[in-house]
Amino acid sequence: MNSTYTLLASIAQQVGILFFMGIFIGVVAYAVWPKNREKFSSAAEIPLKED
Amino acid sequence: MSIQARYRSMSANEVAWAIAAAILTLMTIFIASKATDAGYAFHMYVFALAGVGAIITLGKRAAANVPAHPLQEIDGKPNYHMGPVKFATIAAVFWGVAGFLVGLIIALQLAYPALNFDFAYIQFGRLRPLHTSAVIFAFGGNVLLATSFYVVQRTCHARLAGEITPWFVVLGYNLFIVVAGTGYLLGITQGKEYAEPEWYADLWLTIVWVAYLLVFLVTIWKRKEPHIYVANWFTLAFIVTIAVLHLGNNTTIPVSIFSPKSYIVWSGVQDAMFQWWYGHNAVGFFLTAGFLAIMYYFVPKRANRPVYSYRLSIIHFWALIFLYIWAGPHHLHYTALPDWAQTLGMTFSIMLWMPSWGGMINGLMTLSGAWDKLRTDPVLRMLVVSVAFYGMSTFEGPMMSIKAVNSLSHYTDWTIGHVHSGALGWVGFVSFGAIYCLVPWLWNKKGLWSDKLVNWHFWIATLGIVLYISAMWVAGIMQGLMWRAYTSLGFLEYSFIETVDAMHPFYVIRALGGALFVVGSLIMAYNITMTILSGEAAEGVEASKPALVPAE
Amino acid sequence: MSLWNKHAIFEKNSIILIIGIIVMISIGGLVEIAPLFYLKSTIEQVKGVRPYTPLELAGRQIYIREGCYNCHSQMIRPLRDEVERYGHYSLAAESMFDKPFQWGSKRTGPDLARVGGKYSDEWQFQHLVNPRAVVPQSIMPGYPFLAKNELDIPDIAGHLKSNRIGGVPYTDDMIANAEKDLKAQLNPDDPNAAGLEKRYGKVQVRDFDGNAQKISEADALIAYLQVLGTMVDFKGYDAKANYR
Repeated sequence: MNSTYTLLASIAQQVGILFFMGIFIGVVAYAVWPKNREKFSSAAEIPLKED
Repeated sequence: MSIQARYRSMSANEVAWAIAAAILTLMTIFIASKATDAGYAFHMYVFALAGVGAIITLGKRAAANVPAHPLQEIDGKPNYHMGPVKFATIAAVFWGVAGFLVGLIIALQLAYPALNFDFAYIQFGRLRPLHTSAVIFAFGGNVLLATSFYVVQRTCHARLAGEITPWFVVLGYNLFIVVAGTGYLLGITQGKEYAEPEWYADLWLTIVWVAYLLVFLVTIWKRKEPHIYVANWFTLAFIVTIAVLHLGNNTTIPVSIFSPKSYIVWSGVQDAMFQWWYGHNAVGFFLTAGFLAIMYYFVPKRANRPVYSYRLSIIHFWALIFLYIWAGPHHLHYTALPDWAQTLGMTFSIMLWMPSWGGMINGLMTLSGAWDKLRTDPVLRMLVVSVAFYGMSTFEGPMMSIKAVNSLSHYTDWTIGHVHSGALGWVGFVSFGAIYCLVPWLWNKKGLWSDKLVNWHFWIATLGIVLYISAMWVAGIMQGLMWRAYTSLGFLEYSFIETVDAMHPFYVIRALGGALFVVGSLIMAYNITMTILSGEAAEGVEASKPALVPAE
Repeated sequence: MSLWNKHAIFEKNSIILIIGIIVMISIGGLVEIAPLFYLKSTIEQVKGVRPYTPLELAGRQIYIREGCYNCHSQMIRPLRDEVERYGHYSLAAESMFDKPFQWGSKRTGPDLARVGGKYSDEWQFQHLVNPRAVVPQSIMPGYPFLAKNELDIPDIAGHLKSNRIGGVPYTDDMIANAEKDLKAQLNPDDPNAAGLEKRYGKVQVRDFDGNAQKISEADALIAYLQVLGTMVDFKGYDAKANYR
């Protein structure tokens, strides 16, 4: 069996989950960061603002 | 005002567009003259005609003294550019009815094959791509163009970037639809599901799409808000990802510039992987991300309260776009695609359930404290029910991606039922809701011509969906079980044709469900037409809106 | 303000938002697709798969044009009932020259991956003209026009060339003789029939639609249907060596 292919295939199988965990933790941290609270609540009002 | 000139000379911008249109016209006439295929020649003349039309329109624009550079703001308020939005809204209604109707025809053809009439141009194999393209790209695409251009202007408090470019995007996209759709009937197709248009139509769409991205992006750059509202994130992800998918799955080599036919550079397994990477993410980014943008603007707007949790929407966004892209291989379970890729596809498809339901909860809970509005506002009800359907089909999808389930469901009508619970229930209803919201806003009407008809549309279409998906569930599971049924002696119990025969009653019920959905859409078309033609005018755009939460 | 901006980086800056989107969507695609390009060397342990002859390729275009893939799969899964119903499960190598692949996603009609040789040419012809004449419960559309239409495929050599750019091993010889080979496959007495078989190996040479006077679209389509699934010789196939 081709070693490049086997290597790539195994990387694919393992790296996917790690990537997902890392990115997910990062996104959640960003979303719940206390400093961002005010900004998010004002952003949520954007559609309701008159212009 | 009265001294103003009645006409003006064409602006540099208009001249440049006219030259581009002239080049297109000459080039396509040249190709048409040497085309090896009559259908292809016809398409080249369609492009040429569009080029001539564009030149005339540009000239008329100057002759009628339409301002070449309209004001960005009037009295300190953004001078929104709603012409292209109006066009795309009407186009969406038109293509919606047409696409649903073709769907009804092919549903009837499956129940009654005589309806193919042995006639090449209307047989099932050619009409089915016409149906899928008409509903996804023509109806869905125009809804997305209309809503994205509307939402980006309103949430950025800025006029759409460019004057002619937004028109080019909307008209050019609809030209693509016409070329693609007539191509299928004429037998011009790549033979890749949901990516049937041939190389020249793909090339044209690429140009239109780049223009779309630019208009959207530059409008965001012009924004008066510090923050980019989350609906625009979803739209941006939709535009960018569709561009990547489109290029990846349509990397073809034409036989010659005078032939409509091309061959994809990928083959076999790789092509299958590319195709379903494309196909699944067309669902994920075209039919989901783009329409979630609608949910994140229209549900809060209509309910007049901010989205339930902005934080959740951020998690929803990133988790959704990251996970979706992995899920393609679940279309290839037990095929010649390597096992590890199938397993990855399954794993990520199951994980996808979480952000999908996060989004659903976010949409539904936006209504918390205002549930009574569902009783009085049929449009809001349509929007909310669409989110419920979204939740339902995003539960069913991960379940069907489990290999054991998929071994039964794959190749059967269960898949068709699943697709339609998402397409009719989620995409259809959220689009109808958005159109019902948009039309009075765009044409400065007090409200819709008739709220009662919205109610009729809602109930008839819902009944249609229920008939459709339950018929397909039963048909699909039954056929899957019949295929794998064995007699006590260890022989296959049913021949293939016996399983086909068993489908007939369900195909009839499905067609009935589809017919109800078509009737609903006709009611909508009538209501929208009457609203535009004879709806009661609002005193001013501002006054027609419900009292809103003061800005900050 | 500076701290505020640092955390708001994805929101405030649309370009960075775009880059974030591209990075996110690239990971999954790259990880799943890139390794497949290294598959080639492992799937070639199957003997017998050859590029389509010009006539078969022309037939394949008819198959695609009429949208047969909307109702017929060409992918037999390694499940007991499928293998019994349709034959040996499909191998990756069997579609290695398919542009595009036609595995399909729906079986409104049966799988066609191994339909080649299952029915006679005459049956195929009658079935295309009027499916209900041979299978009364069939819901397939009739294609009488395929028998009437002359096969019109200008520049067949150009088709082979496009395939070659995409990696199908058509030789210069095959391309130069494409037009002749197409006609030769329909007539065993054709002076070029021997050359056709020399170039492609195992080829079914005969008139497929029962009308030797005319090269019809049915000729090409039936030639394609009859070759489906017949290329691989499974006697020499080792499943273990080909596990991926």
